Amino acid sequence: MALVKASTKSCAVNPLKMSQPIGGAFAFMGLRGAMPLLHGSQGCTSFGLTLFVRHFKEAVPLQTTAMSEVATVLGGYENLEQAILNIHSRAKPKIVGICSTGVTETNGDDVDAYLKLIRDKHPQLAKLPMVYVSTPDFKGAFQDGWEKAVARIVEALVEGPGVSGLRDPSRVNVLPGCHLTPGDLDELRAILEDFGLRPSFLPDLAGSLDGHIPDEFTPTTIGGIGVDEIASMGRAQWTIAIGAQMRRAAEVLQAKADVPFRLFERLCGLDPNDEFITFLSEISGRPVPVKYRRQRGQLTDAMLDAHFHIGGRRVAIAAEPDLLFDLSSTLHDMGAQVTAAVTTTQSVVIERVKAEEVFIGDLEDLEELARTKQCDLLVTHSHGRQAAARLKIPFYRAGFPMFDRLGAGHQLSVGYRGTRDMIFDIANLVIADREENHQPTPDSWRAPAALPRRAGHGSSGAAGRLTA
Amino acid sequence: MSSLAATVQNIFDEPGCAKNGSKSKAARRKGCTRQLQPGSAAGGCAFDGAKIALQPFTDVAHLVHGPIACEGNSWDNRGSASSGSNLWRTAFTTDLNETDIVFGGEQRLCKAITEIISKRDPPAIFVYQTCIPAMIGDDIDAVCKAASQRFGKPVIPINSPGFVGSKNLGNKLAGEALLEHVIGTQEPDYTTPYDINLIGEYNLSGEFWQVKPLLDELGVRILSCISGDGKYREVASSHRARAAMLVCSKSMINVARKMKERYGIPFFEGAFYGIQDSSDSLRQIARLLVERGAPQELLGRTDAVIAREETRAWAAIEPYKPRFKGKKALLITGGVKSWSVVAALQEAGLELVGTSVKKSTGEDKERIKELMGQDAHMIEEMTPREMYRMLKEAEADIMLSGGKSQFVALKAAMPWIDINQERCHAYLGYLGMVKLVEEIDKSLSNPMWEQLRRPAPWQVLAKEMVQMRSPLAEIACDPALGETARRAKEICLCNKVDLGTIEDAITAHGLISVEAVREHTNAVGGCCNRRIEEILAASPSALPQAAE
Repeated sequence: MALVKASTKSCAVNPLKMSQPIGGAFAFMGLRGAMPLLHGSQGCTSFGLTLFVRHFKEAVPLQTTAMSEVATVLGGYENLEQAILNIHSRAKPKIVGICSTGVTETNGDDVDAYLKLIRDKHPQLAKLPMVYVSTPDFKGAFQDGWEKAVARIVEALVEGPGVSGLRDPSRVNVLPGCHLTPGDLDELRAILEDFGLRPSFLPDLAGSLDGHIPDEFTPTTIGGIGVDEIASMGRAQWTIAIGAQMRRAAEVLQAKADVPFRLFERLCGLDPNDEFITFLSEISGRPVPVKYRRQRGQLTDAMLDAHFHIGGRRVAIAAEPDLLFDLSSTLHDMGAQVTAAVTTTQSVVIERVKAEEVFIGDLEDLEELARTKQCDLLVTHSHGRQAAARLKIPFYRAGFPMFDRLGAGHQLSVGYRGTRDMIFDIANLVIADREENHQPTPDSWRAPAALPRRAGHGSSGAAGRLTA
Repeated sequence: MSSLAATVQNIFDEPGCAKNGSKSKAARRKGCTRQLQPGSAAGGCAFDGAKIALQPFTDVAHLVHGPIACEGNSWDNRGSASSGSNLWRTAFTTDLNETDIVFGGEQRLCKAITEIISKRDPPAIFVYQTCIPAMIGDDIDAVCKAASQRFGKPVIPINSPGFVGSKNLGNKLAGEALLEHVIGTQEPDYTTPYDINLIGEYNLSGEFWQVKPLLDELGVRILSCISGDGKYREVASSHRARAAMLVCSKSMINVARKMKERYGIPFFEGAFYGIQDSSDSLRQIARLLVERGAPQELLGRTDAVIAREETRAWAAIEPYKPRFKGKKALLITGGVKSWSVVAALQEAGLELVGTSVKKSTGEDKERIKELMGQDAHMIEEMTPREMYRMLKEAEADIMLSGGKSQFVALKAAMPWIDINQERCHAYLGYLGMVKLVEEIDKSLSNPMWEQLRRPAPWQVLAKEMVQMRSPLAEIACDPALGETARRAKEICLCNKVDLGTIEDAITAHGLISVEAVREHTNAVGGCCNRRIEEILAASPSALPQAAE
């Protein structure tokens, strides 16, 4: 069991963490025809927008109530009203998702009450679903924003199972954590469908941010789960929640529509996927398709091939709790030592990370730990690039944001196949690093005292002793 | 806050700006940028603007006093290049939490400054104010003043919380902070008659290094660049320059004007964007320096360098002329860049079908008319939908714009080139313009576009597909249809029980035998024994009953 430590610094250096509101907005991006709206100053939106665009290399809908200094003093009702009316008439969204920010939380805007007033005043909005989530910047992190937003969407939009109480035995709800990529969701969809199940993903980023080219230009999200489909999620037979962050939304769904759920904290690695596939076979009543029996074989073979390279590595990893737990466990299962682990926010899973301690901190903490504990593999999001360059160790990019490499939306880590590919990627990084930086030389294994004078490594201490 | 409000008003009254000067006093008070429309606004806040303007100072520690959003969501996102320190790329933030909001964040800010000085010992710290500490009344000016005295090191407050206005206002507030706290606080080691300042040049993608060799060749020394690849000591002693070039007039005109007023440094507005622009700017630099006492011969040397560079550049662009024949470009960018790029693209043989003039002054527009003719298509404001339409209908072959409209072009499967700040290529000076033409050619002549624009095979076969679509496929695609079908199919003919009812009973109660089904439904007639057995065989048997 890992000891959880929080940073005592007053100055966060090279943050790992991103803010709650954009995590909340991210969840709304998995809804079709959605316009996420941050209730705050325009910078709150602009920074988030730039981050998403750099990660996905896609147009991203995200609006702002553009709170000015005066509006902040007087209260944000008018800005919110104007923003909703503008969005309604210009972008014609199917749903507006509203997240508060630090500014509007500090001045105490009562957004729920505002929305009620706005609805009363503008009958044309009667049919426009508007979901509000409270996400102050000064609490929690990205993952918390996502967690809250999905729970709120379920609360606001899912209908009960109906009078008949009838359920569709083939329908399954999937509540994915924010650590899964659009590629991961597509992989899961294919797996579920191969068992004859019909999944509803909430949120479904694979529909909106997978990079497809729409026929028409639209200012809202270009795909994702529709409001109607969300409403009918209460008729599904099961809910599958992925990542501990999704327990809350699954519980709300259970309370609301009596849909039982099964939480999978991890979907990367052999064991978690064995469990997952077994579960799908049970609920579908179908045998495991040959495809997955073969994929399991390929994964075990990949593990055999890669353990030479990953086994014994000293890993420094920083990610949001669910991703940290998932990836570090998989690496641990491959024989790596999780030597430095840093995360952003509290979660039930972090004390189960297979490390001595988990630090709630920043990338400076990670870099220092990696240096003092001589780690030789770095895993974190793209902001780790400066640390990786200074540490001169192989760097596997994982999580959000990944802005300095292409294909962030399609990086796989779930399923037998996703795990297999990830293991290959990491092992290849290690191999490339060895070829570039650790080629053997005649002096690689020579005892320092016996080092010849003009040795390439130029250990002056040894050379000094030799002449003396 | 009153002093911040005064500073903002002061910025809105800018005699150096022609556009501002032509406004009435009342209009001037409203500020330079249009009031933002909630729900249809784009662009950054004043804090963003201040950070953009100052962050390229490479050896300064930039500390953001605010909650995680302000720095955590935005750090290391600018492509300025540094020839020395990389400290500017390290993110520092107080990451304010709920307790700080309640009790005030000044304590944390003090400690943060102390931590940075003990760990990094930078020549200066810039402390950026953000919305929340401004709301709760954190006095960063006082904290910075105390810290400067305690550590004997400049700790500069940058008072530009996001909600006071736009990115552009933030640029200017950053300039005000430099004027108030930095410029003129140190002396240069030595001066020469060839010392200049560059104001509003950010060295994105290292582009200034495309021009710097020419200045080096002429013996012109950049005493300070505000702020690309800049150093604290350089800007602190920049008041000793002989002349200045205002590169991005929109962002820092207040700095150039006030440095002229306070220190008598003459400046001109210019750009190294485009060939004629580059030549004009070099000439102006030489002229101003000579006026301030540099030897006359600088003018002749400058003309010689210009002649040589222009010849080279035009010669390098010449081969592209036939390749660009008949190609049309749409240019969406702001201000001075428009006409200066228009000239270069036209010289390369491209036809301009439109250029944006959103941020251009009247003078800029006149020059565009000169270049493109009286009926020049000048676009004040273009919606993404309209841009998409123009490209999709091939009214333009390529769009040049900033990153924000990138996907409009790319999703229309049309060539696009980034000419704004996020670009990864350097397009400055003579070399840069040749590079831009090269990039346009690379993009236009890419064989990929043709393949991409071809419809998918199933779109071609769409008609046949419609015919091929079976009722079963329709049911699979549409749950509602499937539901109706289930309800319509009668299993028990004698008592009129449908398939849906039986299936639902089986799943709801986990039934496994015909007898059990009969207990739960009305299908007791005996006609349907076999059919119920089949349904049971097809449905998942023992379903797991409970969640974990």
